[in-house]
Amino acid sequence: MSLSITLTINGAARHIPLDDPRITLLDLLRERLDLTGTKKGCDRGQCGACTVLVDGRRVNSCLCLALSHDGADILTIEGVAQGDRLHPVQASFISHDALQCGFCTPGQIMSAIGLIAEGHAGRDPERVREGMSGNLCRCGAYVGITEAVLEAQQTMATSDRRDAA
Amino acid sequence: MNRFEYARPATLAEAVAAGAVAGSAYLAAGTNLLDLMKGGVMRPGHLVDISRLPGLDRIEHPGDGGVRIGALVRNADLAHDPDFARNFPAVAEALLSGASAQLRNAATAGGNLLQRTRCAYFHDTASACNKRDPGAGCDAVGGENRLHAILGWSEHCIATHPSDFCVPLVALDAVVEVEGPAGRREIPLEGFHLLPGGTPERETVLEPGELITAVRLPAEAAGFAANARYLKVRERTSYAFAVVSAAAALRLEGGVIAEARIALGGVALKPWRARAAEATLAGARADPAAFRRAAEAALADAKPSGDNGFKIELARRIVVRALTLAAAGTPERMPALPASPFAGAMTHA
Repeated sequence: MSLSITLTINGAARHIPLDDPRITLLDLLRERLDLTGTKKGCDRGQCGACTVLVDGRRVNSCLCLALSHDGADILTIEGVAQGDRLHPVQASFISHDALQCGFCTPGQIMSAIGLIAEGHAGRDPERVREGMSGNLCRCGAYVGITEAVLEAQQTMATSDRRDAA
Repeated sequence: MNRFEYARPATLAEAVAAGAVAGSAYLAAGTNLLDLMKGGVMRPGHLVDISRLPGLDRIEHPGDGGVRIGALVRNADLAHDPDFARNFPAVAEALLSGASAQLRNAATAGGNLLQRTRCAYFHDTASACNKRDPGAGCDAVGGENRLHAILGWSEHCIATHPSDFCVPLVALDAVVEVEGPAGRREIPLEGFHLLPGGTPERETVLEPGELITAVRLPAEAAGFAANARYLKVRERTSYAFAVVSAAAALRLEGGVIAEARIALGGVALKPWRARAAEATLAGARADPAAFRRAAEAALADAKPSGDNGFKIELARRIVVRALTLAAAGTPERMPALPASPFAGAMTHA
């Protein structure tokens, strides 16, 4: 098997030669593709800073072997805004001051987008907190994060209803 | 991480042949394996990527009330499968109490059974560990061991098995389907994991190359759906391994227990089926005195392996609480904090 893969990253197909089977999806994004918005915190699946969507599902990219994901569709923080228009989750993180240092924020936002798509949390803050527990914030911005996720979910539902009308 | 050869076989037969080569490891999601490889705890020379093998990612409901869970079904997909969650609510609750949403989206059913212990000395390659390096000794004995085993341990290994999923599975008589170089076989989950004895490096009855293809629950397991819970005490309410956990499932007939199932997690190197405790409940009224007797029976053989004597009494109380919650009835909706003994989970019952 040749060590090269094809990924769709933020909507664009990329053919990527690999010189080493050990590379993770996280290192591929950051070190080979200059997509440094995805952060490396623990690199062991414990902090959630590296969260991206793979085929629409939030996962820890530090625990994904890149080779194993040949053909996958990847969404990173760089791909969520539409031009200058922020994604509703990005906008609501700003309006709720849901960050301090910002290092965990890309992972928090990707995780929140995943959580909203999964649709299990509803408007229950306890379910949102539980659903976001895979993303650590050492600054302790959790109160704002929970509020931001709840508001973004509301905004997106309203906008879906408007689109459907 | 060590260097390795990577292969992605197209068929089960090719995978099993590749997996039988010495130094091979199967790769599914990799949520445990890659972590262990990064730490140098596991150093497989060949990775056999089974993540795309056809037919292993299905949840099959054969119609008799049982279920067949393909080895590659992701934890989150299984827990949120409506038929599965309705028939086996304690298993769904256990799945949702484990890890984080990101890990549950990736981690597979087969991989869950084969996850390695979280013993810190196993994970620290500078420490002595008989499991990692047979004959090296065990630094957990006499070390930081407040979270270690209270049942079935030996002087060679006092680690615990970390799975939540396996605890209700073993209570409900799950069967593991395996494909290997010598063909197909089935192994009751209760006999799948091995206690450490003098060979803690041998963790399951799997032979080299054998690959889990599915986990099955029998139709009788769904007979407990109305009164089945998983309860898990951990050092934080979410995203933590169990200090002690218990699955409790009851078949009630007019306030009398026709049949009880109890298993414990976080107490031994395998998910611990408490058959003696179950026997004390058969024919008993579902009341606190009966639950306390069952808890005594479940922990009758327990002994501390270090600074963890507290886990014995904690486990008794968790058994009583899990039985009490099960008797009160499976909640209609999954609790906001699955398996938590704290308020959010209780008010939904």
